[in-house]
Amino acid sequence: MSTLIKDNKLTEDPFTRIGVDDAIPAQGAVLVPLATWQDHREKLLRRGEPVGVWLKSDEHPEIIAGDVNHLQLIALEFPTFRDGRGYSYARLVRERYGFEGELRAVGDVLLEQLHYMGRVGFNAFEVDSEDALAELEIAARDFSVWYQPSADGRASSAQLRTELKRHG
Amino acid sequence: MYRYDEFDQQLVNERAEQFRRQVRRRMNGELTEDQFKPLRLMNGLYLQLHAYMLRVNVPYGCLSARQLRQLAHIARKYDKGYGHFTTRQNIQYNWIRLEDAADILTDLAAVGMNAMQSSGNCVRNVTADHYAGRARDELQDPRVWCELLRQYSILNPEFSYLPRKFKIAVTGAPKDRAAVALHDIGLRMYLNEGGEPGFEVIVGGGQGRTPVIGKTIREWIEPEHVISYVEAILRIYNLYGRRDNIYKARIKILVNALGIDKYRELVEAEWLQIRDGVLKIAPEELARIDAYFQPPAYEQLADQDTEPSQLHDADPAFAAWLQSNVAEHKVVGYAIVNVSLKSPGKIPGDLSAQKMDALADLADQYSFGELRVSHRQNLVLVDVKQSDLHALWQALGALDLATPNIGLASDIIACPGLDFCALANTRSIPVAQDIALHFANSTKLQHVGDLTINISGCMNACGHHHVGNIGILGVDKRGQEFFQLTLGGSSDEHASLGDRVGPGLPQSEVPGAIERIVDTYLEIRDGKDECFLNTYRRCGMEVFRTAVYGPAGPARRVTATRQVA
Ligand code: SF4
Repeated sequence: MSTLIKDNKLTEDPFTRIGVDDAIPAQGAVLVPLATWQDHREKLLRRGEPVGVWLKSDEHPEIIAGDVNHLQLIALEFPTFRDGRGYSYARLVRERYGFEGELRAVGDVLLEQLHYMGRVGFNAFEVDSEDALAELEIAARDFSVWYQPSADGRASSAQLRTELKRHG
Repeated sequence: MYRYDEFDQQLVNERAEQFRRQVRRRMNGELTEDQFKPLRLMNGLYLQLHAYMLRVNVPYGCLSARQLRQLAHIARKYDKGYGHFTTRQNIQYNWIRLEDAADILTDLAAVGMNAMQSSGNCVRNVTADHYAGRARDELQDPRVWCELLRQYSILNPEFSYLPRKFKIAVTGAPKDRAAVALHDIGLRMYLNEGGEPGFEVIVGGGQGRTPVIGKTIREWIEPEHVISYVEAILRIYNLYGRRDNIYKARIKILVNALGIDKYRELVEAEWLQIRDGVLKIAPEELARIDAYFQPPAYEQLADQDTEPSQLHDADPAFAAWLQSNVAEHKVVGYAIVNVSLKSPGKIPGDLSAQKMDALADLADQYSFGELRVSHRQNLVLVDVKQSDLHALWQALGALDLATPNIGLASDIIACPGLDFCALANTRSIPVAQDIALHFANSTKLQHVGDLTINISGCMNACGHHHVGNIGILGVDKRGQEFFQLTLGGSSDEHASLGDRVGPGLPQSEVPGAIERIVDTYLEIRDGKDECFLNTYRRCGMEVFRTAVYGPAGPARRVTATRQVA
């Protein structure tokens, strides 16, 4: 059973996910594949309901870079947990294309990876788990210091060291 | 040397605890082996033929006496009393139990060490010239850049699931002792016309099944941009590297497929977006790290006269050791001493806990407590007073660590091979032992001079056979072990891949074939200053092929073997 965690809370998914061949529902938030977005962009926007785009791991988000302000959700798929493209995509979506909505990791997402995913800009995760929240809490405790500055805005150890020196 | 501050320390402590939880989840059955595998690999834990193997990082090969003592302690407490130094300047323990792994990480953390990312598809331990900061020919100490790269790459959230492993090497000297052209990224420092230091950036080198000499992606980069440039290279690789076939997943395959010009174009475009961002190295940060690498308190000394001619009569064994195992130090009156882990008949790179302790004491006594691991699987004492050399030589000799063979024919690189490795076709350690014994106790070793022999037990090339002056590759032919020879490989600043001599030989014939190759070299070399590699480059393969297979060539020989069989 997959569960949605968003901003550290268990969340009912308000989005209906549709496939390429499915009709666009008349109402309600909808999560569509890239092809549907490209083919029915105007129609989807005219509905006046939240829209999300689902990108497979070989679909570079650059394709929708100009559209991010129209989207409420971008879902990046991990076909296997070993496929790390989504981490780079996430940083680009956040840091370069300036997307501020929900960035969701879907597919083969492991508890062990949530921390890294959070650091590159994901704020929502679809995980297969009985007790996702408890696991998330464990994962969140994994690390409290980081070497790299990244998309989550947390200070890196180098920045902290400089701070320490200034105040110390 | 770099020392962990509170941030580094907290991070390794947390990492050890995280791994303790992961091991528990694996042992409870909450994680499958498939899910656990990438997690244990990112902590350096492999499953080998007989047990787990733990690979511990020695950052760019720098080791303190205190750390070496802790490595000895780990060898004694959790392994069979020894460790194995590797071609990536790390140490491996071959007999580890899963339930001990987290305790070992905690013990390592206590001395500022870790096993993070020593395997897995991530950025591995950054390697460097093992004489870094000490070599007389060096332009600038590369370790400050290595440490910046280490911090940048450890637990990097974006690049922990790359298509494949990723290795970076750095040198600050014109003589390349770090094999930078054979790494995913190689950084070669040099001075521009204005005397400013910067780096040539080489990309897509590597060994393995598809050996490639790296290509220059950028002729010159200012040091403050090194990290952002590395990030651009990594990001393009992460996005476009192949993930459908692990044998085609290294960056070298991507660079070859796109062509270096296209790859460069992508990287440069990416880099333009980030070059002046948060990754630009601030002068304060550079100064902070650099402070760790300040030289020790050297005495004011004069260089001693160590001309072999004078010493030869007095003590030829000492003279031989001085010639092959001692290198020139930046500071007059001091020397760099290589500690050979290649005593003939022993396993290349292995060191017992007892000797680790003894060597740590010698490091304290003679070398400001600092050691290095070289990529040829030897150790180095980097700050020895020339006036102490004789005493140190005797002390090392008593430990069987003074074999005078650094860079010579018996200083053999060998991968673990079938004795440990699950992927092996053949054993490699016994082949190394045979050859080394062949050259043992012989003045021939010194007479032959510089000659690297590298052995891999299968085409994965962990023993770097492609870049040995003589390379030996173990292959399996219908269930039998054979060894293919290559000649002319080199990993230095004029890197080249070896050429195949001919069909494989059975193990028993390998030492004889090497001997004939070496004798041929001695016959045809242009004086004793022409090393084996240069003779090969001048004379070509044919004369050596004849030496190995006889004038009739390999074809007849194979037929003959078949008839006998
Ligand atoms: S070269 Fe082959 S046999 Fe040797 S260690 Fe590597 S994988 Fe194992």
